[in-house]
Amino acid sequence: MTDVATAPTEASGETRPRRLALVASKGTLDGAYPPLILATTAASLGWEAGVYFTFYGLDIINERRLQKLKVAPLANPSGPVHYMPNLLGALPGATAAATAMMRKWMSDASLPTVPEFVDMARGLGVRFFACSTTMGVMGVAADDLVKGADIAGAAAFLDYAADADVQLFI
Amino acid sequence: MTDTTHDQRADATLDCSGLLCPLPVYKASLALRQLSPGQVLHLVTTDPGALEDVPAMARQTGDTLLGVERTETNQLFWIEKGPHR
Repeated sequence: MTDVATAPTEASGETRPRRLALVASKGTLDGAYPPLILATTAASLGWEAGVYFTFYGLDIINERRLQKLKVAPLANPSGPVHYMPNLLGALPGATAAATAMMRKWMSDASLPTVPEFVDMARGLGVRFFACSTTMGVMGVAADDLVKGADIAGAAAFLDYAADADVQLFI
Repeated sequence: MTDTTHDQRADATLDCSGLLCPLPVYKASLALRQLSPGQVLHLVTTDPGALEDVPAMARQTGDTLLGVERTETNQLFWIEKGPHR
């Protein structure tokens, strides 16, 4: 257990830190946690970590929206209100109730909130890529993003991911 | 992994009781950054996942897991900071 985890580079044979490349595509409260947990953990292990936030996933690094991520109970048989007929998830207030319940779960388990996780990840140097196409399609301005996010397209992310040891789409 | 009884010295102690993944690894990593190579962090957890996570962390970072102990309620780890962190 004396060697730090590194991967050999193609040309020189020298080693570099391991790298994690994630695509975060979901903008729900429950969908925001997995990429943030994995990226934070990777950085804690001494890896480089980068997350490409695309489509609804961009909400996770949108200052106007990251405090307001929700859990959708409709068509979600595993959600916090799974014991109710799923169709009731369409009722007014059902999304708010499921969201409140999940927030309580997280808080009771001492898990950080999404904004706290975003800060933790940034503090460890996790790289945030904001999908420029999503910004254009959904009308997100550069000022809406959390500080330190790089606006980038697919080619830039693939260039980063090509040198990654672990790549996941979430 | 073997359970061993330890009379380990520790240069710092971190109690992560009640915390779930990824917090024990995250906090242990921050604590280890404050130490010098060769110094030992004593980590206390209650998340059963830590029994797999902490050895995995040590494999990835080059830290040395000097010892693991399980009590009825806790997992105890002694982690020596490696030279590469």
